[in-house]
Amino acid sequence: MAQVVSAVAPGTAPIKVRFQGVNMVFSTDGASIEVLKDISLDIRRGEFVCFLGPSGCGKSTLLNIVGGFLQPTGGSVIIDQEPVRGPDPRRIFVFQERGVFPWLTAEGNIGFGLFDLPTKERSRRIEHYIRLVGLQGFERAYPQELSGGMKQRVEVARALAVNPDVLFLDEPFGALDSITRLIMRGELLRIWQAERKTVLFVTHDIEESVQLADRVVVMTARPASIRRIVEIDIAHPRDLSSRRYIELRDSIFEEIGLAHKV
Amino acid sequence: MRKLLPFIVIVILIAAWHFAVLWWHSMIIPGPWAVVTGIAELARKGLLVKYVVASLYRVTWGYLSAVILAIPFGLFLGWFRRGERAFNPLIQLLRPISPLAWIPISILWFGVGDLAAIFLIFLASFLPLAVTAMNAVNGIDTVHLNVGRNFGLSRTRLIRSVIYPAVMPQLIVGLRITLGIAWLVVVAAEMIAVNSGLGFLIIDARNAGNRYDLVIAGMVLIGTIGLLLDTVMRRLEQLKTLRWGYENK
Repeated sequence: MAQVVSAVAPGTAPIKVRFQGVNMVFSTDGASIEVLKDISLDIRRGEFVCFLGPSGCGKSTLLNIVGGFLQPTGGSVIIDQEPVRGPDPRRIFVFQERGVFPWLTAEGNIGFGLFDLPTKERSRRIEHYIRLVGLQGFERAYPQELSGGMKQRVEVARALAVNPDVLFLDEPFGALDSITRLIMRGELLRIWQAERKTVLFVTHDIEESVQLADRVVVMTARPASIRRIVEIDIAHPRDLSSRRYIELRDSIFEEIGLAHKV
Repeated sequence: MRKLLPFIVIVILIAAWHFAVLWWHSMIIPGPWAVVTGIAELARKGLLVKYVVASLYRVTWGYLSAVILAIPFGLFLGWFRRGERAFNPLIQLLRPISPLAWIPISILWFGVGDLAAIFLIFLASFLPLAVTAMNAVNGIDTVHLNVGRNFGLSRTRLIRSVIYPAVMPQLIVGLRITLGIAWLVVVAAEMIAVNSGLGFLIIDARNAGNRYDLVIAGMVLIGTIGLLLDTVMRRLEQLKTLRWGYENK
């Protein structure tokens, strides 16, 4: 594994997540489909890594494996020197906005994981994260009264409220309109810089990956393997018209075999 | 105006009924006023309260015992797919059998009396409730279960904080529809298996001298109480923690 220097997180931070030759084969009705092939990768503590690949390539499967929801058919994932055996509250998975519980208010959702805390501490934390994601005034609102972007904020706040070390985000902004998506990316970066979580972010959006990540892991089509790892050595906030940004973005477009023209 | 409209329709129909009875000089079918005096007569004799209470009593016990047994059973079948595979064919076989077909057997087992009627209501309520509960569990969004597991919920907490609220909207609809079924069945059961209640009132009024004013009085009472029960259950669907289940679907 080559030494990778992150633009923001120091390259000397300890390894947080290690993929060791992860393979995944789904078998249904006698036919077996190879989804992941020999994924090996180290992610440092505090790093923001994007997994980029075409829809259906298996990157979500990879995230479900590291999240503990799926067992790989080969290899293993090690977090903090321990193999992943199941979901863990220290590492929270952020689904698209449908992960929000419709029967709880924004407040109730954000406090969902805080059942062990005394009431006072619980409401203090809820208040803090309501403010962090900018949902003041919507504490008592039910999800069906919130917009897609607000629901996504609720989910991110719910994940952050339990103070996890790692966040898994599976195309979290995929269902949002392009303006809200841009705003949410900015918010996520702001929160990431404030809380220094390790972030594993799955997307099929090249621009999104280059805007957010320290490193972009470019995946091949199914069975997904790592095609290339692109280090984004631009400090935040990133200038989306800078030469370096365009250079890195275009190199990924080229890598995937797309001419960057419409 | 919108709220008034149904009342206007009812008033027009009652008027039409009144004039039709006058027009045909019917000796058997009573007019609306005769029905009102019939209800008053029942009230005077103390039968109104007695019969309504008797019917509600049977529905309450039959329905509640079905709720207590069928919902956990249905939730269990929905949660453990193997249970569903084992029981579903049997359930589908029993479902088309009208609860009324069980009348002879329930009289054989429990004799003529409250227990037979309660048993029939229990039978009529059990399967719809079990099936609703089973489908409600199957309908839980996997994402919500995964969120629960991710936050490290214990089994009991997962049931309380995720599974229970997730199935409630569908369950409430099932409870409402089944209460309607129970109310239909009690009338039929009382015509045969007991000698009190609104169903008995109807069959007794006819047998004991063609008192069709009392027959229709019984029908009006049944309809009114059924409507009240349904209204109460519908209120539950307005709860904010449940309303999500009825929107955008």
